[in-house]
Amino acid sequence: MRPSAAAVRSTLLGPLPLIALFIGAWWLAVVSTRSLIVPTPWQVGAGLVELAREGLLIKHVTSSLYRVLVGYLIAAALAIPLGICMGWFKGIFTAVNPLIQILRPISPIAWIPLAIIWFGVGDFSPMFLIFLSAFFPMVVNATTGAHTIDQQYIRAARNFGVSGLTLFRLVVFPAAVPHIIVGMRVSLGVAWLVLVAAEMIALNSGLGFLIMDSRNAGNRYDLVVAGMVLIGVFGLLLDGLIRRLEGLKEVRWRYGR
Amino acid sequence: MADKIRVKNVAKSFGTSRGALPVLEGIDFAVGDGDFVALVGPSGCGKTTLLNIIAGFERPDEGEVSIDGIPVTGPSPRGIVISQLGSVFPWLTVRQNVMFGLRGQPIAERRRLADHYAHLVGLEGFENAYPHELSGGMLKRVEVARALAPRPEILYMDEPLAALDALTRFRMRLELRRILAQERPTCLLVTHDVEEAIHLADRILILSARPARIEGIVDVPFPHPRKLSSPEAVQLKEDILRTLGA
Repeated sequence: MRPSAAAVRSTLLGPLPLIALFIGAWWLAVVSTRSLIVPTPWQVGAGLVELAREGLLIKHVTSSLYRVLVGYLIAAALAIPLGICMGWFKGIFTAVNPLIQILRPISPIAWIPLAIIWFGVGDFSPMFLIFLSAFFPMVVNATTGAHTIDQQYIRAARNFGVSGLTLFRLVVFPAAVPHIIVGMRVSLGVAWLVLVAAEMIALNSGLGFLIMDSRNAGNRYDLVVAGMVLIGVFGLLLDGLIRRLEGLKEVRWRYGR
Repeated sequence: MADKIRVKNVAKSFGTSRGALPVLEGIDFAVGDGDFVALVGPSGCGKTTLLNIIAGFERPDEGEVSIDGIPVTGPSPRGIVISQLGSVFPWLTVRQNVMFGLRGQPIAERRRLADHYAHLVGLEGFENAYPHELSGGMLKRVEVARALAPRPEILYMDEPLAALDALTRFRMRLELRRILAQERPTCLLVTHDVEEAIHLADRILILSARPARIEGIVDVPFPHPRKLSSPEAVQLKEDILRTLGA
């Protein structure tokens, strides 16, 4: 068991020294500049403990996760089928792609004024912005996935008498799945990134709200940075979750050995 | 024996920027039921195009192909193609791949047939492996098993072993011979490897350089198992290579 124990140690230790170095440099920078505004790592830690004691940590994290999840899932449910159809049917691509490419470069943040008019200040506005940010990477990747299917597979399936919807289900979709997963991963990252901006228009919860509110109400910069740390840590966890999809044997072929 | 495949005066050209490029001209031959016929010819002579036309993936400009007297209008599960590139579905296990052509039967029966053919090609113990876990030679075995499982009447092979290394290619040739002796579908093999053709086929059609015409037809009268080092086989190989202009 020695090699595996060593392997466990090295994967645990791998990122830790650099993170420790980062925290150390942060602490040193704050202390040496005698900043009264930027908090030390320990003040941030204390802020996190305070949030946890008051039950606010759970509240902000869960409402952020909830909004991201809803916006993201609606985006996936629409973007993946649309992308596959765009990649497979040239007519649909020609008709839909220009509109997608016009809407894609518009930052979700630019939609905030309209989102407030349409959805008010509540859960729906941030969900809408997260939907927008997650939608486009998934469409683009699903399109690529369906468009770049090796013709050998299509030919073989036709040879066995498979066509129409069955061809879609048995060949086109599974062949596109590795690309779809890449799109899902990119989208989740972008969705989490847009969260802070999206929650500027949230009523009274969420990690983005925590950051804005801590600054506006009392200049609690320890809580501002605590919110930033939470966003980072949960971003890492979400990415770790979705990366597990890339480990599935059904999709490993596309990512190399 | 009745003709299984009848190719009548098939011609085909491809449009290029410099006008029509004739690829096939006046190709006319027949393959009897259960026969093993090889098409040999120089690289790029249009062998693959001819096979694609016979298998129904392309249409001839002139002439006609018929199977059992019925004109070919498209691909059909009655004739399965095995190609050089390989088309084993990487998202399915070996067993699921072999089951792919078996539809309209109960799942237990499909599984039984799939395992039977996996064993026949020597993939016992690899039924649950994914293609990316297999070597090139084993992938070829999956492809052969998947093609044979629905009991096709015809097996079309387009340079089936060309992508393998020399040793694996030779082993797979012996394996193909063994497997096909048990299944006995009508076989049409396209190859540029004259030895492979002599080893496997009952009859060899020699095609000319593009536009391909039938330059000669030779029978391979040797009984199996064949010894390619026998004087007769060596002589036949030399004759074929001479006809090919080598």
